Amino acid sequence: MSADAGSPRSEVLRLVATLTIAGLFSGLSIVIAYRTTLPRIQANQRAALERAVFEVLPGTTRLERYSWDGSKLGAEATGQGSLQESIFAGFNADGALVGFAVPGAGAGFADTIKLIYGLDPSAERVLGMKVLESRETPGLGDKIYKDAKFVAEFLDLTLEPVIELIKGHGEKTNQVDAITGATISSRAVVKILNQTNAIWRPRIVALGAQPLGSEAGAPVTLPPDLQRGGPVPGGLSGEKP
Amino acid sequence: MSVEKKSFLPELTKGIFRENPTFVQVLGMCPPLAITNSVLNGIVMGIATTFVLVMSSLMISALRKLIPGQVRISTYVVVIATFVTVADFTLQALLPAAHHEMAAFISLIVVNCIILGRAEAFASKNPILLSIADAIGMGVGFTLALVLIGSVREVLGNGTYLGFPVFGPSFEPWVVMILPPGGFLVLGVLLLGLAKLAEVRSRAAARAGEEGSR
Repeated sequence: MSADAGSPRSEVLRLVATLTIAGLFSGLSIVIAYRTTLPRIQANQRAALERAVFEVLPGTTRLERYSWDGSKLGAEATGQGSLQESIFAGFNADGALVGFAVPGAGAGFADTIKLIYGLDPSAERVLGMKVLESRETPGLGDKIYKDAKFVAEFLDLTLEPVIELIKGHGEKTNQVDAITGATISSRAVVKILNQTNAIWRPRIVALGAQPLGSEAGAPVTLPPDLQRGGPVPGGLSGEKP
Repeated sequence: MSVEKKSFLPELTKGIFRENPTFVQVLGMCPPLAITNSVLNGIVMGIATTFVLVMSSLMISALRKLIPGQVRISTYVVVIATFVTVADFTLQALLPAAHHEMAAFISLIVVNCIILGRAEAFASKNPILLSIADAIGMGVGFTLALVLIGSVREVLGNGTYLGFPVFGPSFEPWVVMILPPGGFLVLGVLLLGLAKLAEVRSRAAARAGEEGSR
């Protein structure tokens, strides 16, 4: 190994060269792996998002993406807008508007919960809710998407005045039963829905009679913040290269 | 054992039982505690770790005469990190659901001390074929350990095995088993049981040896 140790200077150069070459090969392999897997990963994410939208808007066969440009809701052509500023309009086989799929995010018990939920065309009822990303405690907090009963609470939920979380059995149609042992996670989901509604309901209502479902709608494209490696605030994965 | 006379088969099998990385060497204890709340997670993590272990052992063994001693650890870490990143992307492409469940822990394979340990203790001193045998053995041993812990935790904590229910609907899951404390509990009990087993066996072997010498 260092038997041929010449001057200390050439020894140092050798160390630097070894690490440089290792770094170069490493970088090259990672780029190749990234390029090879990227289409597949994006397709997976797009499929997951579309599956979620179809799930929260039952009967949907076609999607269009709409974005808020600061003053009105319009067709999003580029797909460059943030996910938090866009919604998806779902249409059934007859071309009638089923409703809007609205993405929302907020702090859960552990890390951010990202979810998507369906609103009917008049934005008065929730049609369904699906958690896209969460790191809630396995066995307790993860019931926000594993517990069929809790998920079913969001099928046909009225929004007036806001969604309420209660313990026990709610009589009213705007009440959601909290999961025993996962009150914080349940509360987080309801809070995300209420906060997101506060933003989106006026916008959807303002859309009013504006015709939807024409060619104006943009084809569904994956928003950048759902693409690979999006930073997760406070999460370990935030350290990924 | 003389240094020269190492052969393929013993190097392959030693990692599975005699020198099992989890239960005997007690190395790389993060995944056995963190991701073993289901059997599937254990299998996926085991395969990913084995892949990294085999590939990095291969590289390090092949380059062992070229890497200067002073920077060997940094070079090993670069090699390991590269394969972990490749494994991370591959999992994301092929098994998005499993990747989603353990995202951070896949990246953390980089710091699993089994991998750096085998690189430093074995691959850097032995020819390629033996290093691969060593890596496969250690990887399989690690995977078996993860599956064993995962089996106990998933069956007791969730009432399922690989997602299929094993008990009737009246079974009330022992939730703590799939929470972090369950990992410590199961690991501790398994370590205790295996240590006891090893003690009984070595005592029996010693007795047999005594009787033989009489």
